[in-house]
Amino acid sequence: MEIFANLATGFGIALSPFTLMLAIVGCFLGTIIGALPGLGPSNGVAILIPITFTVGLDATSALVLMTAVYYGAMYGGRISSILLNIPGDEPALMTTLDGYPMAKAGRAGDALVLSGVASFVGAFLATIGLMLLAPMLARVAFLFGPAEYFALYLLAFCTLGGMASNNQAKSAIAACIGLAIAMIGVDNSSGMPRLTGGNMHLMDGVDFLVAIVGLFAIAEVFFFIESHGKGSAIGVILDKVTIPWADIKDTKWTMLRSSGIGFVAGILPGAGASLGSFLAYMSEKSIAGEKGGFGTGVAKGIAAPEAGNNAAAGGALVPMLTLGVPGSGTTAVLLALLMTLNITPGPTLFTERPEVVWGLIASLLIANVVLLLMNVPMVKIFVRVLQVPSWILLPGVTMISFVGIYSLSGSYFDLLLMVGFGVLGYILRKLDIPTVPVILGILLGGNMENALRRAMVLSDGEMSYLFSTPISIGLWIAAIAGFVAPMFLRNVLRKPQAITD
Amino acid sequence: MNNRYLKALITSAVLTVGATGVASAAECIAPANPGGGWDFTCRQIGKIMFDIGAVDKPVQVTNMAGAGGGLAYGHVVAERNTDADLIVAASSATTTRLAQNAYAGMTADQVRFVGAIGADPGVIVVGKDSPFQSLGDLVDAIKADPGSVAFAGGSAVGGFDHLKPLMILQRAGFTDIAKVKYIGVDGGADAITQTVGGFTQAMTGDMSEVVGFLKAGEIRVLAVLTEERVPGFEEIPTAKEQGFDVVAVNWRGLYIPKGVSDDAFNDWAGKLQQVADSDEWKAAMQANGLAPFTKVGGDFQSYVDGLVLEIATLSKELGVIQ
Repeated sequence: MEIFANLATGFGIALSPFTLMLAIVGCFLGTIIGALPGLGPSNGVAILIPITFTVGLDATSALVLMTAVYYGAMYGGRISSILLNIPGDEPALMTTLDGYPMAKAGRAGDALVLSGVASFVGAFLATIGLMLLAPMLARVAFLFGPAEYFALYLLAFCTLGGMASNNQAKSAIAACIGLAIAMIGVDNSSGMPRLTGGNMHLMDGVDFLVAIVGLFAIAEVFFFIESHGKGSAIGVILDKVTIPWADIKDTKWTMLRSSGIGFVAGILPGAGASLGSFLAYMSEKSIAGEKGGFGTGVAKGIAAPEAGNNAAAGGALVPMLTLGVPGSGTTAVLLALLMTLNITPGPTLFTERPEVVWGLIASLLIANVVLLLMNVPMVKIFVRVLQVPSWILLPGVTMISFVGIYSLSGSYFDLLLMVGFGVLGYILRKLDIPTVPVILGILLGGNMENALRRAMVLSDGEMSYLFSTPISIGLWIAAIAGFVAPMFLRNVLRKPQAITD
Repeated sequence: MNNRYLKALITSAVLTVGATGVASAAECIAPANPGGGWDFTCRQIGKIMFDIGAVDKPVQVTNMAGAGGGLAYGHVVAERNTDADLIVAASSATTTRLAQNAYAGMTADQVRFVGAIGADPGVIVVGKDSPFQSLGDLVDAIKADPGSVAFAGGSAVGGFDHLKPLMILQRAGFTDIAKVKYIGVDGGADAITQTVGGFTQAMTGDMSEVVGFLKAGEIRVLAVLTEERVPGFEEIPTAKEQGFDVVAVNWRGLYIPKGVSDDAFNDWAGKLQQVADSDEWKAAMQANGLAPFTKVGGDFQSYVDGLVLEIATLSKELGVIQ
């Protein structure tokens, strides 16, 4: 009952006509920011922070606005994934796999509504989880050391083989390219620059937004030039936008499971939304089996990553609020906002500043409902994007991406790098090598290496340290099972087919 | 109150007219992504400068992450050398990297360090159940078996957080510092998480990073690396009084381009002094675990020069650089 009293306090703080207006504005801006490739939730929030000071918002209003932008961007990322096959931000990467094929089949509206609902479920459950369990879940972060994180990333890589391509070797090559790119930059464990060629721009490594925009958006432009616009979803005949009740009903368990996985990934400071949506997608894919048709535009393939990444976004607030450890780039920015408002998150925040915590939780719930209500009608506007002639749309999106990337570092070097990635993406697609594992290699490879190197420092190079705790052993077993199981399952599934042929 | 506001207004008006003539919006470059110490410096100082009327337009914060601040440093040296409306956030990390030649050959004399108005005292921290009761216990354990204690910190290997325990061990006569285990993780809070989780035995960082955990009783601070005990944390002993003469604070300050006039330099120094004297800054310092540390103008420039020299010598002794 205490929770309801607290929640009432929270709504008392966060709910007023003015804050409601802020939430709507924030959700709208966030959706746009998330949808634009090159502008992710973290730079979106960062760009908007100064505005809250300029307008002179008080702490609660600023929090409402920023959390609305945060959740909005997590919702918005899916839009360009589905409509253009260009992920709006890195957690929306997995949504391209089924979202885009569905849009190509003329069901863009269904895909957007379904992913909107999945986003709502993921974010809503994560907010509830944050509300009920945050102080308890904070302890989970203490259980994960370098060895456990290494095993967690290993699990992700072991399940990577079967995705996005029928040819496992090509997926593996793509992942290796990603891992190689992740090696660039200052090595954290020795302080020495690696593969930078003495270029200061490469000392922090390759930003994955640069890689995503290059591999997807720029490569798309190259293909467009080559094919004169054939074979893209742009210009396909659209069905009327209705709410796909049947799909929503079919995917309810998928949404619940994916929310759970995403939430856990979000709670772990070393994991985050990208890993959450990846693991959610891969586990749903293996549950559905080969008959599930993942990768061809199925409802579950859209619901899983969206529920996963939005739940992770909520989960990432747990370590941020209770430990002051940001679980993702965006929560790092929100942390900065809190500190600027003279609120220092940490283990005592829940008891010392309950009004901040519950105000925040209430504003998350408000933002989430606003987003659901806003997104379903707005789908009609978004799908219109596909009716824009592609010779305007693609260059336009690319131009916006250039501006977004330039705003990251303010250096033209990233723009050149992005075009380089565009060329790489074009070549890879010509060779039928999937680009998604490249991004995952960059996104997860650096973290995995750091975890391994730290583990080796702590254990004096003793390998057995990597599986010395129950958690890491469990993750190793899951990783090995994830790697080996598909090989056997494939035989089991193929044999009957061979007979019927 | 009214009177003070008026005074601030007049002062700022005089300063603005006197120095720049044309009142254009100032820009503060935070050489890191949003969320870190440099970002805090820019946003907090920029906000207070506007609130107290030291600048007449909100300070625009630009995040220019890259190469541990090297990208922004290079940008200021090469492209903004005469921009009088530009300030850049700096800290001990800036001088450490300059001293270790980590900015691709650029040196500390290529910009003007205008002032620091707060410092984050260095701390050595252990989990609440740790067997180490004092800094001496910890040092003795490392002397007996260097592999038995691993440190976690928020900076990369060779960074300021790594140097702190090495300096202490050096003062204690332990020279085999290559054997000291250190892992650089993503920020101080993460380093504490690893220490409380028992993966590392001690954490090296700044006071601001540990305040929340200290209040919650998750950790114990073995030593604070300041000359005297920090106000508000009087129960924490300094390293100095435990017999290890090490002072290491992470100051928060600003530098400006080399090519600006002395007037512009003094103008920014004056504005920084105004921020330091404001109640808003005092509240922000307290909320973030910063200790008062005000050095502005020429005074600060000579402090920085001395610091760079000291860290360069130390890094050579410690074997962090050649």
